[in-house]
Amino acid sequence: MATGVNNIRLRKYPVGAGMIIVWIAGAIGLSVAVYRWIVGLRITNMSDNRPWGIWISFDMMSGIGLAAGAFSIAAIVYIFNIKKLYPIVRPTILTGFISYILAALTLLADLGLPQNIWHLIIYWNIHSPLFEIGWCVMAYTTVLLLEFSPVVLEALGWKAPLKLIRSITIPLVILGISLSTMHQSTLGTMLLAMPYRIHPFWYSPLMPVYFFMTAIAAGMAMTVFESYHSARTYQQKFKIGIASRITSWIPYVLGLYLVIKVVDVIVSGTYIYLIQDPWPTFMFLIEIMGGALIPALMFADKRVRSNLSGLVWASFLVMGGLILNRFNSTLVFMNGDFYFPSAAEIAVSIGLTCLGIILFDAAIRFLPMYPNPREKQAIKSLENAV
Amino acid sequence: MEVNRRDFLKIAGAGIGTLVLPSLDVKAAAIPGNLENAHAMLYDATLCVGCRACQVACKKRAGLPYVMDENQMYEMPTDLNGDTWTLIKLYQDTETYSYVKKQCMHCVEPACASVCPVAALEKTSEGPVVYHSYKCIGCRYCMTACPFDVPKYEWDEVNPIIQKCDFCADLQAAGQQPACSAACPTGALISGTRAEMLAIAHQRLADHPEQYYNHVYGEHEVGGTSMLYIAGVSYEKLGYPTLKDQPIPDITWPYMKAVPFVFFGMAGAMSAIYYWTHRNKEEEEG
Repeated sequence: MATGVNNIRLRKYPVGAGMIIVWIAGAIGLSVAVYRWIVGLRITNMSDNRPWGIWISFDMMSGIGLAAGAFSIAAIVYIFNIKKLYPIVRPTILTGFISYILAALTLLADLGLPQNIWHLIIYWNIHSPLFEIGWCVMAYTTVLLLEFSPVVLEALGWKAPLKLIRSITIPLVILGISLSTMHQSTLGTMLLAMPYRIHPFWYSPLMPVYFFMTAIAAGMAMTVFESYHSARTYQQKFKIGIASRITSWIPYVLGLYLVIKVVDVIVSGTYIYLIQDPWPTFMFLIEIMGGALIPALMFADKRVRSNLSGLVWASFLVMGGLILNRFNSTLVFMNGDFYFPSAAEIAVSIGLTCLGIILFDAAIRFLPMYPNPREKQAIKSLENAV
Repeated sequence: MEVNRRDFLKIAGAGIGTLVLPSLDVKAAAIPGNLENAHAMLYDATLCVGCRACQVACKKRAGLPYVMDENQMYEMPTDLNGDTWTLIKLYQDTETYSYVKKQCMHCVEPACASVCPVAALEKTSEGPVVYHSYKCIGCRYCMTACPFDVPKYEWDEVNPIIQKCDFCADLQAAGQQPACSAACPTGALISGTRAEMLAIAHQRLADHPEQYYNHVYGEHEVGGTSMLYIAGVSYEKLGYPTLKDQPIPDITWPYMKAVPFVFFGMAGAMSAIYYWTHRNKEEEEG
């Protein structure tokens, strides 16, 4: 180790009972995924009239939406130059990176022919929203890897590649923002091909805009939620000022979303279903009120933003709003046969989520994510050398 | 962490230079023009006697296995499935009844071909929508996008592929009729060009308005289909949804066309904001 930073080593954070459960659930989920590759999709409850299940609604649609924090926070810190948020950039980028790896793993479980996934590279169809999403996700995962790489390079003390990455940080961040804008909104475009399948409360020509806006809000909420849990788990100080600052923008995003949505419902005449269809109305109102209006009002209040439980609960609501929205539009109110996920599907979904936590935990334990004072000094000297 | 302005401009310039896209006007190439002279079929439900000769011919031609129950007894499927490309169903109520044939509609502008990320589904200029299984990744987007619920999946296979009617593209290329229409003993299912089929359909509606529900299904639905229907009862009763005339690819294409503008627009906006927020940096550092 040339620089003497010697940062790739096991840090002795306590291992709680929760983490052991996460390890077990992750192992079960991965085993079921392997079993799925052996026997095929018959272990799922998907069918000809319900070709997409929770792997699409939860792991893909919700997972990618919640990972939007990585590009939002990068934009805020590097482009909008709000340096106060710099301390959470690394964990947020890591969360995003892991989320995209999980999305790719989900695809490998969900695709009927996962061995053909590379066909996206050689057989093009620029008419297909999914083609664009596939390319953006591949490109953006690479961007996230590069954005995260300084942590590893610092720990290894590799100066030359570190210098290279540093020199392209801003173009990389801008590329990441553009790619995210594209695929977050295209996830909505993807559903525009189903005008006769999705309930009018969710089907709208503005779906790409809605998907983009809810992803920004939920991504920021996810960042707060994640920092809170990391701080608790790894005995760091939860920086409430930072969380308060991030969430102060959520009311603007969700407020604009709500205004557009209400105008959309009125102009398109969708409001007639508010009387006709009680069950969609119920879910729609829960999603709009509980997942957008209430947390927007909560975050607009400075007292909530300076209160730990207020912050965490409101963040939870925003994230729940996004997940509910993706479930409503891709599963519950998409026409098709009755569907409830099989045990195997649930196991894989939970297992992959747990794998994400395991990867995050491993990164914190082995890499200088929260440098101690001595490490900070070593990194500083390395930075000066670069 | 920071790059100076000159370096950034160099990098950004290089990036934009290499990423400039060719003009994306490929829509014309994807949709093979006027299909009035392409292959089509007309199903007249009032002439169908439900003999299922078409179903048998289809199984034979496509080499699809029969669905057996646990005692090796033949079972009639209730819907199209991974082993059934076409199916005769019967609608019956107290006053009336009608047979109906289900199979791929071979849309003029098919949603499935438009949404497939690897172009495994293709609308040929001869009429059939064909499936190239060697390209397929198994995302099942075609199944969710099809307004007629046609593409079916081999859920029990380890390496499943999509199954749907291919309009006997190979037979038609050899100048033959599709197997199902060739097998039809009553003339309920006939094949020809789309223009011929439409002319016959409208002629029958005009000659016997009392026998028919006054609509040629497939003439305009989602931009028109190569499979056309006339029947004595409403199409909703026969399980065919009421659809608008707009082809589904026309809904998504404007958004897809905008993608490069979103990409470069966002990159441009972010670069501008970066310069605005960092405009005093050199002074600060100096």
